[in-house]
Amino acid sequence: MSQRDLAIRAEGLVKHFKDVKAVDGVDLEVPAGTVYGVLGPNGAGKTTTVRMLATLLRPDAGSATVFGRDLIADAASVRSQVSLTGQYASLDEDLTGFENLVLLSRLYGYGKPAARDRAADLLEAFGLTAAGGKQVKAYSGGMRRRLDIAASIIVTPKLLFLDEPTTGLDPRSRNQVWDVVRTIVGEGTTVLLTTQYLEEADQLASRIAVIDTGRVIAEGTPGQLKSSVGAGSIRVRLHHADQREHARQVLAEALAGEVALDDDPVALTARLAPGQDTAVQGSHALGELARAGILVDDFSLGQPSLDEVFLSLTSKVDA
Amino acid sequence: MTVTQTTTKSDVDAPAPVAREHLRRLLATGERPAPPSAFASARAFAWRSMLKIKHVPEQAFDILLFPIMMLLMFTYLFGGAIAGGTGDYLQFLLPGIMVMSIVMTTMYTGMSVNIDINKGVSDRFRTLPIWRAAPMVGYLLADVFRYAAAGAVMFGTGLVMGYRPEGGAVGVLLGVGLLLVFCFSFSWLWTWLGLITRSEKTVMSISMSIMFPLTFLSNIMVDPSTMPGWLQPVVENTPISQLVDGVRGLFDGDVSTASVATTLIWSAGFIAVFGFLTIRAYNRK
Repeated sequence: MSQRDLAIRAEGLVKHFKDVKAVDGVDLEVPAGTVYGVLGPNGAGKTTTVRMLATLLRPDAGSATVFGRDLIADAASVRSQVSLTGQYASLDEDLTGFENLVLLSRLYGYGKPAARDRAADLLEAFGLTAAGGKQVKAYSGGMRRRLDIAASIIVTPKLLFLDEPTTGLDPRSRNQVWDVVRTIVGEGTTVLLTTQYLEEADQLASRIAVIDTGRVIAEGTPGQLKSSVGAGSIRVRLHHADQREHARQVLAEALAGEVALDDDPVALTARLAPGQDTAVQGSHALGELARAGILVDDFSLGQPSLDEVFLSLTSKVDA
Repeated sequence: MTVTQTTTKSDVDAPAPVAREHLRRLLATGERPAPPSAFASARAFAWRSMLKIKHVPEQAFDILLFPIMMLLMFTYLFGGAIAGGTGDYLQFLLPGIMVMSIVMTTMYTGMSVNIDINKGVSDRFRTLPIWRAAPMVGYLLADVFRYAAAGAVMFGTGLVMGYRPEGGAVGVLLGVGLLLVFCFSFSWLWTWLGLITRSEKTVMSISMSIMFPLTFLSNIMVDPSTMPGWLQPVVENTPISQLVDGVRGLFDGDVSTASVATTLIWSAGFIAVFGFLTIRAYNRK
């Protein structure tokens, strides 16, 4: 990929705090115009990475460019291209939502009347007009997030950092934030999103870097990451618990794979062979069970989830 | 069977949904106004501070009530003991106590800077393409306005209590002006502290341990000639004593140019040293 199509190119970023290696050699290539997910558990180094890329922290080692501009030598020019919505709402809680947006609009260079118009417009687009006159400290978590994102697009940034945008939100607010992210990226802004939720990365990101203990331990499209773990699995629930052992033998023979007994005494899960059609293997397995006279109450076929990817990757590092 | 319909609080408070089309239009404008000038961005931050006074008026009470309390307490408690009468003592004390109470309130600036950092709002300011010193200068500009208000309140109280400035209106205005210049410059020490310390409580305790000796080891309450000989040169040469000399001289219409000049040099020094350290800490944070 040429430099031109990359929103971010980072090589060997390192940041230590005292003895803790918060970030320990992170490489990233973020294609322009996409949502790029940085996925990792708490303390993996996601926030530190984002803070370095947003010019808030100076890396101890390594280098990075944002749209071809050097992060350190040309920090001012990087700042004019990016916006950050931090993990903790980066707003003034004593001021109202409207005042926050007017203040920031003025700091982006809007004149007084234009700043007020822009603030009112943004409040309306984010469904916050009614709350605009209230102090931000009275806002719910979801409203804060929205206001925070609204503040980040006062001037449409070329690159938007969203640091755990949905942590602590209820499902409805989370869906609304996802909607906003999709709309923003649809208008051409590149979004770098950190999250500890695999589902979120799966829903939004076209590429994902999995990060743990300050390093990138896997990178690729959600599909690539999933297939790196293996094929999917079939889970069946039997009508009679005493048929489970028999069912295990039948499945092991039919699928030539590993079969695990679930905690649920009537359920068991069999791995499918990689590289073959999931549905075909599933129906074959169910047919064999029926032929053996085993009653099946319920079954489910699944692709490996990103959760499995994540657990298998992070446990490898621990070992 | 009855079905009760319950509406949860969050449903009542729930904001309207995001208007996707509207949002798309806003994103698509692609407007990019020219970045604001250094002064315009500092002014925007000063406006923010003024809004904070509007929303959190308690802090203004602090700044206005504290000086009045100091003036009343010191005049009527110590006046008799120190100067043999409250009237003469007020004449001596007022300029000094004005310096003391206003210089002491400068340390709130450090706490505000620290709170901004811990709350995350300064993260947003630091990613904006603006003059790096703007947030701090904005704070200080608004603070200077507050100090002027505190000065006016103290002066008014003093007049009621019987204070009469020999230097007239011009002397008083110049004296207050000198005090404000010093406070603006001296505050860079606090902005720096606010940036490098962990919590607002740390800022508070460090500021206190600087302010108390600095204001008491001075000519504010008593004439240094009553102090032990070895202490006098120290006390007479602190920036606070120089400032008090200047302000008192201007109020009394009997100013020594040297103390005004020394105060201005101290002020320039504070800006040069702590302004530099502040901006460096701000960039490196």
